[in-house]
Amino acid sequence: MLEQQLVNALSLGCVYALFALGFTLVFGVLGVINLSHGAIFMIGAYSALQVVTRLGFPLWASLASAFFIAGAFGLAIDFLVLRPLRRRGAPHLIPMIATIGLGIFFNSAAQGLFGAENLRFPTDLVPDTQLRFLGVQISVLEVAIIVLSVALMAALLVVMRKTQLGRALRAIAESPKAAALLGINVEGLFYLTSFTAAALGGVAGVLVALYSNAVFPLMGQPMLHKGIAVIILGGMGDIRGALIGGLFLGFAEVMSVAYIGSTMRDAVAFGLLFLVLLLRPQGMFGKVLERKA
Amino acid sequence: MMEWFDGFWSIYSNLVLTIGINALLALSIWLTLSCGLLAMANAAFMGVGAYTAAILTMNFGAPFPLALAGGIAAPTLLALVIGGPTLRLSGVYLAMATLGFGEVVRVTILNAESVTGGALGLNGIPQLTEWWHVVAALVGTLLILWRLRRSRIGRAFEAIKEDDVAASLMGIAVRSHKMLAFALGAAIAGLAGALNAHLTFFIGPSEYGFDRAVDILTMTILGGTSALTGPVLGALIVTVLPELLRGFKDFRTMINGAILVIIVLFLPKGLWDPQRLRQLVRRGAH
Repeated sequence: MLEQQLVNALSLGCVYALFALGFTLVFGVLGVINLSHGAIFMIGAYSALQVVTRLGFPLWASLASAFFIAGAFGLAIDFLVLRPLRRRGAPHLIPMIATIGLGIFFNSAAQGLFGAENLRFPTDLVPDTQLRFLGVQISVLEVAIIVLSVALMAALLVVMRKTQLGRALRAIAESPKAAALLGINVEGLFYLTSFTAAALGGVAGVLVALYSNAVFPLMGQPMLHKGIAVIILGGMGDIRGALIGGLFLGFAEVMSVAYIGSTMRDAVAFGLLFLVLLLRPQGMFGKVLERKA
Repeated sequence: MMEWFDGFWSIYSNLVLTIGINALLALSIWLTLSCGLLAMANAAFMGVGAYTAAILTMNFGAPFPLALAGGIAAPTLLALVIGGPTLRLSGVYLAMATLGFGEVVRVTILNAESVTGGALGLNGIPQLTEWWHVVAALVGTLLILWRLRRSRIGRAFEAIKEDDVAASLMGIAVRSHKMLAFALGAAIAGLAGALNAHLTFFIGPSEYGFDRAVDILTMTILGGTSALTGPVLGALIVTVLPELLRGFKDFRTMINGAILVIIVLFLPKGLWDPQRLRQLVRRGAH
């Protein structure tokens, strides 16, 4: 039975990691806690649902449109809200509050436009074949979730570590001013980061919507709370931390449901979080943030 | 006149008292902000205060003053315990950690079913909160905070807010001052929670989660943090606005969100900004 739980945990953890990746990317590069990331996740799910039900798109095309539509929202948020705040040199708290407002705005806009009820994808969108692999049952959807998340995360890691673009982004994470002096197009890369982060969040939204077969306006809120837990566990702004934190949370949840009981699911996740806060508040990979005199 | 007031009071007394309680909450986060701490645990402290007080009156038949004292003491103690490790963090790191702590509290309340009623919450809390309790709590808190601002401690808070390293070099005990702001904020939030529990008849774990934390922060930021008037004004607006926007139905909260974004973009210091007000008055005089 353990192998089966591990497979479930892997697919859940991959989605958490994918969601947290965008969250942590924006924090690392822009220094902004984007609390509208949950709403972006929801927007991804709704836009995929719309293109599937209204335009009859196949699955891959709906994922692609979720990627670009959510990304466009991220870009718009950056251009219309975060950029003016950057120009003003507002302290970190301020953009965070602005994104709280944006999250409320999008969530209730979705409720007004599509209603509060649970919407579903057509059942024939994903084949419900179960694959058997080394005595473990795994659905096509789970395989797709794992493959797609791993591919997207690997692509991001390679870009961040091995390319000129990644070096530029890491330079901005250290100091936007110094990066600008070195001739890096800081504003342009801020836009790119906001786009990519939101696009990843949107894809995560579709995957979760398919997995739980539910699309509803507030679907992003529990995910946002999990995202906060993941990046605290992993260390804020750290990409490896988001990956490992996401997988870790997935495993912790699945194991607690399997061996303790489903009501303890959130308790275990957040209990872990509490321990991390008490013992190592900077997270697994976070730096010590004290400034010494 | 009296008749009009009686009619008004019978419809709106709950709303008016909620404004007072929200003002207490807004002041509790204002206090930590005035020490440069963005701590978002106030909703959780409010919840701890509310549950402690409600359990004291319901299960132990404690008199109301004792229940209120318990509602203040429990979150204060909790703040002293978690303050040690978490106040080492600064800026948004502290905000995230305290938001995480808030979720821990919510989930704990949810799972401690035998004591807290779990997801169903506590029902049938005796309605012991009188209007003058709320007024006294608010006025008392305002007086204490007003006095505090002008004391050595208040100046130390301000110095820490500007630059905590410079403050420590001037001989200010940074850590204990931060702890004081955090614990006192928790006490005020706990008082607000205890009063609220005995006003609303029912409390449940979902009332003290992320949304409430965000609401509290919104009130203070909207009102402005430069003076004590700001949080009170913000609490008034955030509490009354949903009533005024009733006609918009589904899109009501959407307007709430939009207002938050607009304030942040165009009124960075909040609505109550003495400097800007003085400028406006001067311009009006010409």
